[in-house]
Amino acid sequence: MERAKIIETTNRFLIDEFEVEPDDIILDENLHETLDLDSLDYVDLVVVIQSHFGFKLTADDFKGVDTFEDFYTMIETHLRKFTQENAS
Amino acid sequence: MNRVVITGMGIYSCLGSNLEEVKNSLYTGKSGIGIDPIRTEMGYGSALTGILPEPNLKKMLKRRMRVGMGQESRYAYMATTEAFKMAGIDDAFLDNNIIGLLYGNDSTAQSVIEGIDKLRAVKDTALMGSGSIFKSMNSTITMNLSTIFRLKGINFTISAACASGSHAIGLGYMFIKQGLQSMVVCGGAQEVNANAMGSFDGLGAFSLQMDDPTKASRPFDAGRDGLVPSGGGATVILESYESAVARGANILAEVIGYGFSSNGLHISQPSVEGPARSLKMALEQANVAASEIDYINAHATSTPLGDKHEAMAIGSIFGGDNCPYVSSTKSMTGHECWMAGASEIVYSLLMMQDSFIAPNINLENVAEEAKPLNLAKTTINHKIDTFLSNSFGFGGTNSSLIVRKFKQ
Repeated sequence: MERAKIIETTNRFLIDEFEVEPDDIILDENLHETLDLDSLDYVDLVVVIQSHFGFKLTADDFKGVDTFEDFYTMIETHLRKFTQENAS
Repeated sequence: MNRVVITGMGIYSCLGSNLEEVKNSLYTGKSGIGIDPIRTEMGYGSALTGILPEPNLKKMLKRRMRVGMGQESRYAYMATTEAFKMAGIDDAFLDNNIIGLLYGNDSTAQSVIEGIDKLRAVKDTALMGSGSIFKSMNSTITMNLSTIFRLKGINFTISAACASGSHAIGLGYMFIKQGLQSMVVCGGAQEVNANAMGSFDGLGAFSLQMDDPTKASRPFDAGRDGLVPSGGGATVILESYESAVARGANILAEVIGYGFSSNGLHISQPSVEGPARSLKMALEQANVAASEIDYINAHATSTPLGDKHEAMAIGSIFGGDNCPYVSSTKSMTGHECWMAGASEIVYSLLMMQDSFIAPNINLENVAEEAKPLNLAKTTINHKIDTFLSNSFGFGGTNSSLIVRKFKQ
């Protein structure tokens, strides 16, 4: 999946399921602060990412994710790995 | 001992989504009963149920507040929001005062089933989502409302079958009377969905008169053949008299008596002696004579045995020439189960405010054992100073509350 498609899919579930205002999604803004995430929200992020991309994250995978750009990159990295593992 | 007054109420039921709509339904004798076709597909004997819209809380609450709320919590939220508004409780008051919460609930069937269905599909508990646990626990309503409204006092759920809502109000009354709390949010809620009532239907307890759903619930009528399940949410704001006066609140009424008992007999079969003890205790606690009660909101659910036993219990204490008016609002609402004890206090308060007795609709041929009662077959314009509300539940739990129009 192309990065542009990953970003589009991610933004769609952030808007639809996490009720983020589209205008608040800015590449270098802090994801956690923009979404006002608490520990329970990460459980739901794991669920929604699995449902849209097929792979399952853990809480540790969110370490190092600060901005939206970090978030897209983390998803892209895991998706690539997941796709390769399932192709082999 | 503190006097305990009611300063707010709210309702979300099959008779309407707010107090005004419900009051009009009560006055006109409008039934809220209909058919849920899914129940027939699922194997229910009866597809009858209370029909009410699903509250949409998306514009009212943030996602984090909503994800742990099942249907019964959504109903309770709607009722509690209305009750706080009526009581004049705003955000600043919530933040700066210790307010308790005692709410009746005895199932979260839909949320439990949805959670387990999801687990069976994904085979990974980490993919069930964060809300499932908070929706599925029996205390779901109190954990959600206490969080949403930032309540800082007593906080737990009362599970007492179909007397849950009534006992919640009774316990709130006791906490305030004893001086342990100055304000307690009390109520009851009941989910309304096909997942919640199958096992109850399986007992053959539900009416099968599906040709005309509005006529199926007929408490005290000789032709009654079972109850109609229903639900929603009902909340009252209980407060010490001193607290109400100090903040200049409008006092609607005063709770003056709470009686309770357990039959100590069969798990589902009713008794005369148990409810009679609850009634007598409520009168003694309120320090009023039976002749001072203007209206009894009966528990009567439209089951052959339950109504018969309650009629005999009421008749043994109130029967005779001075029997107060009696009606079962379940003739219009169906049996609101865990919510019923709270909703029927709200219904009776609405009657008290507008001086009328809501009719026991569908009462065409009064059952023999109910003939000593002064049943209101039609709407009666009548002043209510004091009313009594009965609630009984499986396991033989009984609760009777007495409420009086507020006097200095």
